[in-house]
Amino acid sequence: MLPVSYYVGLSAVLFTIGALGVLIRRNAIIIFMSVELMLNAANLAFVAFARAHQALSGQVFVFFVITVAAAEVAVGLALIVAIFRTKHNIDVDQLSSMKG
Amino acid sequence: MTPELITFLTLALISIAAALGMLFSRNAVYSALFLIANFITVAIFYLMLGGTFIALSQIAVYAGAIMVLFLFVIMLLGAEKLGQSQTLAWQRPLAILLGLGLLGELGYMLATRPEMLTGGGATPESFGSPLEIGRLLFREYLLPFEVTSILLLVAMIGAIILTRREKTRV
Repeated sequence: MLPVSYYVGLSAVLFTIGALGVLIRRNAIIIFMSVELMLNAANLAFVAFARAHQALSGQVFVFFVITVAAAEVAVGLALIVAIFRTKHNIDVDQLSSMKG
Repeated sequence: MTPELITFLTLALISIAAALGMLFSRNAVYSALFLIANFITVAIFYLMLGGTFIALSQIAVYAGAIMVLFLFVIMLLGAEKLGQSQTLAWQRPLAILLGLGLLGELGYMLATRPEMLTGGGATPESFGSPLEIGRLLFREYLLPFEVTSILLLVAMIGAIILTRREKTRV
């Protein structure tokens, strides 16, 4: 078995790429995908630590995270569709009508 | 270089390349496909770490259900090329700086706290099997499991209400 730090390091890199995606991209769908990437990186760290500590609870938590991600995607994409219907755009820089 | 290390490095490269491809693709459909590739490599990492059940649910739920939903919405809205404007010019360099800072902090933590990363060794044969996961899920985590079902129900109702068309007023 490889050292856990390899997996945690890879998870850190993937998390950073996801965070960069949220900060750089302006398309709401891509921002959403970046959030999924960050959740996935956290899951990888969970499974790596579950293996290192021989604790299966880590994998059960990944199961819950996947469920929450599914619920989040359903509601989030419904929001994006609703916004697109009224504004005909999903560029987050253009959605500033509530700006004071 | 053991075979396991070679497998890890190859898959890690593919995984990071797919994540970067997701980040920099101009077309949202390509981004979604890159993300599916990333999810599949992460599922293989789960297999290497002994999480067979989690690896299969990762492929079924993430790559199978969630990303199909993403692709469906991208194609429904015709949103492949939207969101290219850049109204705040200082945002991109600042984002890259912050990302490097985050990576540096995580790397520093990994390098200076090796004691929390110890462990490993042989695992029992049934580690990560559906039987063990199910036993844990329905005994120790029964209440969170039931709460999850309510969460999914609420998400379903929310999605239906949000996308319902308003009745046109006469």
